[in-house]
This record gives sequence, structure tokens and C-alpha cells, in this order.
Amino acid sequence: MTSLPGTAKLERERSAAAGRGRAAGWVTQESVLAVSILVLSLIVGGINPNFLAQGNITDILSNASYIAVAAIGMSLVIISGNIDISVGALIGFLATIGGRLAVGAADGGYWIGWAYILPVIVGVAVEGVIGFIVAYLRVPAIVVSLGMMSILRGGLILWTGGEWIYNLPPEFTLAQQRVLNIPIPVYVMVILTILAALWLRYAPAGRAIYAVGGNKEAARLSGIDERRVLMQVFMINGLMVGIAAMLFATKFNAIQSTVPPGLELLVITAAVVGGVSILGGTGTVIGSTLGAVLIHVIPSAMIFASISQYWQQAVQGGLILLTVLADLYRRRRQTYGKG
Amino acid sequence: MNTTPLLELRGISKQFPGVKALDDVRFDVVRGEVHALLGENGAGKSTLIKILSGVHKPDAGTLRLDGQPVTFNTPREAQQAGIATIYQELSLYPELTVAENIFVGHAPRTALGLVDWKTMTARAREILASLNIYDMDVRKKVGTFNVGNRQRIEIAKALSINARVLIMDEPTAALTDSDVTRLFEIVRLLRERGVAIIYISHRLQEVFALADRVTVLRDGQYIDTQPVRDTSESALIAKMVGRTIDNLFPKLDTKPGAPILQVNNLVREPFTRGVSFEVRAGEIVGLAGLVGSGRSELAQCLFGMLPAQSGEIVIDGRRVAIRNPGQAIKLGIAYVPEDRGTQGLVRQMAVRENTSMAVLKTLAMGGFIRRGAERNLARQSIQMLNIRAYSTEQVAGKLSGGNQQKIVVSKWLAAKPRLLIVDEPTRGVDVGAKAEIHRLISELAARQGIAILMISSELPEVLGMSDRVLVMREGRIIAAYARGEATQENVGAAMMAAGTKQTQQVNDGGQA
Repeated sequence: MTSLPGTAKLERERSAAAGRGRAAGWVTQESVLAVSILVLSLIVGGINPNFLAQGNITDILSNASYIAVAAIGMSLVIISGNIDISVGALIGFLATIGGRLAVGAADGGYWIGWAYILPVIVGVAVEGVIGFIVAYLRVPAIVVSLGMMSILRGGLILWTGGEWIYNLPPEFTLAQQRVLNIPIPVYVMVILTILAALWLRYAPAGRAIYAVGGNKEAARLSGIDERRVLMQVFMINGLMVGIAAMLFATKFNAIQSTVPPGLELLVITAAVVGGVSILGGTGTVIGSTLGAVLIHVIPSAMIFASISQYWQQAVQGGLILLTVLADLYRRRRQTYGKG
Repeated sequence: MNTTPLLELRGISKQFPGVKALDDVRFDVVRGEVHALLGENGAGKSTLIKILSGVHKPDAGTLRLDGQPVTFNTPREAQQAGIATIYQELSLYPELTVAENIFVGHAPRTALGLVDWKTMTARAREILASLNIYDMDVRKKVGTFNVGNRQRIEIAKALSINARVLIMDEPTAALTDSDVTRLFEIVRLLRERGVAIIYISHRLQEVFALADRVTVLRDGQYIDTQPVRDTSESALIAKMVGRTIDNLFPKLDTKPGAPILQVNNLVREPFTRGVSFEVRAGEIVGLAGLVGSGRSELAQCLFGMLPAQSGEIVIDGRRVAIRNPGQAIKLGIAYVPEDRGTQGLVRQMAVRENTSMAVLKTLAMGGFIRRGAERNLARQSIQMLNIRAYSTEQVAGKLSGGNQQKIVVSKWLAAKPRLLIVDEPTRGVDVGAKAEIHRLISELAARQGIAILMISSELPEVLGMSDRVLVMREGRIIAAYARGEATQENVGAAMMAAGTKQTQQVNDGGQA
């Protein structure tokens, strides 16, 4: 109340303004990632030229693609100041729905397109429920998505009884198809990344996500309906997870009965490594897609460089810690002007 | 009364960037005395308390405790020396019990080093009993108690560290009348026991009811110390506000036009209790009042953040309902909030993105924001408000406080409002930026005919800028003055409710 509110803050901000000049424009998370991927590939290619063979490169990109697509949705969620740890379970769940529908289409004669479309709709609906609880009932997203993860995992095992789906029809192999010798998932990844990046950058609704994640109260006072924005974010995430699930389901000739463990962590890692701040408010989907590619280049590179596979998880974990620390350090400098 | 000071400050100065918070201030308190500390918002009371309690270190000056010079590097050192502070916002843990809160940080231990619950409970009861408090279960969680009880727990906590000096910062601000009576009894009890009490309050009646001596600060300067019985309310008010208004306020002459905003009997409990007034085109209406008088809440009610429960809001002669900020913006209302950090600015966004935030939809064509138009808007804002940013792409959080404030203002100007509500527009802003903001507000009213409602705790700002001054207290407008009539004395008196005759008289003046 009395005397000098905010002077300490003022002091910090002053020194922040004085302490630094313009950040070098090209040193962005995206360019660092792109250079890392290139340098790493060239080094490993020098050790083992097979690494740079076209087959291996398209393999890496194809494997990265469904993680990248899910990471687009995850990036929006994290930018808005939330998190969704149910995406791994949801991908498994939607893949099974798709697989069953595909088998049914082959037997019962309805259109195979439903096997692709319905799971995506279910994905949007499930994330819509999460979004509603987060936005309107104001339950923290980590709690809501944790609950949803358990429901989906448990539900999936109850439903499949542990049986895998083998007799998939040839129409349900989208991810194995190629156009111009490049796997379809790579096209999907590239196109969705570009669309999402444009939308985030130029649409008022995209900007609103950054505003809500950066300062919810300021966004609300600027006339942005933050609850609608959050609802929208989760539903778009559902759409992306749905598409990712279809790429995942059609990748092999069988669909497992259980959710691949750690899938959600891979998605979150891609976003975070891609420079999406875990504190919300900043990040890009070009970054998250490059992040997804990098975390697939690394294990492949380790194999080609004959490094024990057991190092993979440690390297991935180290990468997460490194990027999060870098982000926190950046934030702190920005807020307190120590630097 | 023992007359050697228990705690004595001499020549205390404290400088914050841009502001001299305290300048050669002295103060002392003796055993068994209640010493009231008075001053307007910004007079330096809080800084003084923070120096006494070890939060801030003075740039110059000495502290003596029992005649011995002391320095406090941390609040803990001050506490160990027997100085306890009860802040306005109580610092209790709602999920811990009364006893745990009283002994937080210094719980009695058993021989094994574990918490000695039995002793703790017993001693907590003893301390409360010494304050004549017998109706409190020390094993209940603090969260279950009301504000009055919590404050008693805070006092007990202070006694548990054997406080010899007790500092109370606006202790009655949130209390009911019966709690205030009880607090006074406890304070008198402590005084009899020889505790030295420093009592800060805006309410002059309390000072006269409780204090032995009173010290007045103004603009960080020491003004005077007197025995309470030798002074009067009006004499104290004169000392508190008696500063000359300088030319910080380049007020332009305006001819107010048609009413833009009319408010009739607006109610939003508990802070807005039947408010009526109007603001005309081109007019600056100043809203004065103490912290907690309901000014900001009134603004938030008008802006749809705390939608009205009853009453009428009329914009341009049309009755409107405002349920959320989005609707308020569509009606041409803009609100520059009190706390720009949490309510105004998205710190990690660029200047450009901040200035366009309230007008994104207008800037968009075919679903996409027109980058060029957005950049132009940011450039214009930087130019018009003289924002010191090197580019429209600079991150807003990196600018100085004054420039951040200007960005928040520019965001709202971009929305081309008919009614601009500014809440503490120059709080935490250095003198130069302050004058620029004042000039801008004045120009917006005079040149663009925007109706302006300005909330400020700085009386000179209110008096210097306003065409009319409304005074709020306890959720109501209790006085209204035209520009010529408003003086530091009568506005200050109305704010603090000294001279109730006058407030009766002008009770309906707010509608004029």
C-alpha cells in the first residue's frame, strides 16, 4: 500500500533494459536445432556413410513424423500454459479404434475412410473434454490429463483384452505408402507444420494462445476469452493427436493392444527440445518439429556410430534437461535482467 | 512511562531508483508507548517499517536498540533483537494449526531434537491466555479462523519471540468493529506490559483513541512528532498533505460535452455499494479515496471484471449490460489496470504484439493479422507516447517500468476508447515519465474528447489533473468537488472521514 510499490521491480527492469542490446536475430532455437541436426548427421555420416543413405534419412523422418504431428498439438497446449500427458494413451487408443474399424470395413463392407475419420473425431472429443475441465472447471491440466491417461490405458486393455490386431486391410497402410519415393507421413508432417506455423503467426486466434500463456489476466482484460482459447487449444491438440494416431496405426501390419510406454514423454520432449517454454507463452511449431526430428536422429546416429543403445535414454534425458535449463536461464535474464 | 527510547532511528535515508523514499528521518519509541506513524500513501511509512524490521537496509543513518547501535541484515536478525512486525497481509500458514503457526521457525524441541508438541501446545495456550484469549483451540488449523482471530494469532506469534517492539501496519484495515475493539484491548494490555508499539493507520480516530505520540511523514521527509493530546485531526491532516502542487500536471482547459458514462446506484458487494456518477466527453474525473475504499473495484465493475449485481450503466445514453471485458471493449471502454505487471503486459511478447492485443480482430483481414498495419500501429504508439524501445520487436519485459506502463496505455489507445479508466496511472513510474503520462491523459481528454476516469492515491495528481474530484469511502461516493473547490484539505478530510458534517452535505453531489 504505502510508499514505492514496484520500485524494486523498476530497478530490475531498468538494468534489464540497459544491460543488453539486440539479440542476434539468427540465433533462434530453430536455427540452432537445424544446425545441430546437420552437423550431427555430417559427423556420423563421416564415421559411417550408410547413415546418409536415402533409405536411412527417409526412415528417420518417417519415424519422427507422427511424434512431430502430435508435438504440434502439444506445443499449442504448452504455449497456452498447460500440459497434456494423456497423448500417448490417446494415440494407442485411437490407433486401436482405427484398426478395428479397418478390419470391420474389410469384413462388413462400409467405407474404409471411416477407419481414418472416426478416430480423429474421437480424439477431438476426448481432448474437448479435457479442455472443458481445464478451461471452465479450472482444474490443472496435469491432473485432468493424468486422469484421462489412466482411463484410456485401463479402458484399452479392458476393450482389447490384450489381443493385437493383425488382419489389417491393405487400405489401412497409409504410413507405408510413398509418393516420389518419400513416405506419406513426411508430407503430412511438413504440411501440418507449415499450416500450424502460419496460423500461430498470423491468425488472431493463434496470437491469443501466446497471450493467454504469457499472461492470462492481461489477455482477459484485452477482451480475449481465455476459456474459449484453451478449449480451442485442446481440441486442435485432439485433431493433431488423431492424425498422429493414424500415422502410427498404419505404420506396421499389426496394432498392439497396449499403449506404447513413454510415448507422451517423447512428444513433450520434442516440443521442449524445440524451444517451447514449459512456462508457457513462447515457442514455435517449426521448433517442435525440428525437435522431433533431432530426437530421432540421435538414436539412429548412435547405432550407426556403434554406440551402445543403452545410452539412448540418458542422452535424450540430458537433452531435455539442457533445453529446459537454457529456457529457464533465458527467462530469468529476461525477468530480472541479470546478464 | 520510561522516557529513554527503546528503539531509536536517526538520520535515516533510503534511495530507490528514481525516488528518495526516506530523507533524513528520525523516529523513536519508548517502553509502554503506542507511537502512531502517519502519512499519505507514498510518504515512506512502509519503507521505514521495512528498515526497522530488517527487510531493507538504510543508505544512511543509525538504529539504536536500548541505546546500542544495531544493524539488521535480515528480518530474522530484527526478530531475534525483539522486533516483531505484523503486516497488513497476515503471514500465517492456513494449513497449519494455531500452535504451529505461533511457533513457526522456533518450535520447542525434545531432547532428541524432535518437535515437542506437548510443550508447544501448552505454551501456545499460555501466550494466548496472557492476551486474555481463552476461546481459541490451538490445535485447529488457522484456515478455519476469521481475520480478527488470525490477527490475534499473529500477535501471539510476535509474543512467542519475546517481542519488545511490535510494529502493526494498518491492523484494522480488514477488521469488523467488534474485532477492532478487541484489538484495542490487546494493544492496551501490551502497552501496560511495557511493549513498545508502533502503530500505522489511516484512520485518525484510532490514532486518537490509542496512541500516546504521533509522528507524521510526508514525501519521505520527517515532519513532526507530538503527543497526541496536543494535536487535532485537522492539524494532522494539514501536516500529512501540506505539500504544494507543482507543475507536474499540464492540465489543458476542456469544455465537457455530452455524458459518455452514466452510472446509477451500481452495486457489486462487498466493494461497490450503490454508486452514482457520470463522466462527460472530454472530462477528467478524478476518483480519490484510501486504499480499500472500493475505487479499483468500481473500475473493474464498469469493465466487466466484477459484473454489477444491480444498478444501471448507461453509455452514450443507452443502457448497457457489461458481463465481461470483451463486452466493455466493444462498448468503447478501456481500462489501464493498477498492476500492469500482472494485468496489463505480456512480458515475453514484443512491443508490437502488446500494443495490438486489444485490437487483433480489427487488424485482421480474411482471418489473418495484417503485419504491416500491426507494425505501423506499434510504430505510432512508440512515437506518440515517446516509448524508449529500439524497435517494435523488442520484448516488452525488457523495458523500464515507465515504458511498460506506456505500452499498456498505448494498447488501450489503439482500441480508440470513448471512456478511458486509468487506475494509478503513474504508480512506480519515475518523474519524467509521470509528466509525460499526465500530458497524454490531458491531451486525450481535451483534444480527442475522450471521457476519462482517473483513480489515484496521490492527491496532488488527482487535484492537478481532474475537472471534478469524487471521493470514495467504503464502497460509496461520499463527496464531489469541482476543480476549483477541491483542495488537499477538504478532499483529504473526506477520504479519511474527518468532518462528517461536510460529507453528509455533498452525499448526492456525485450525480452532478
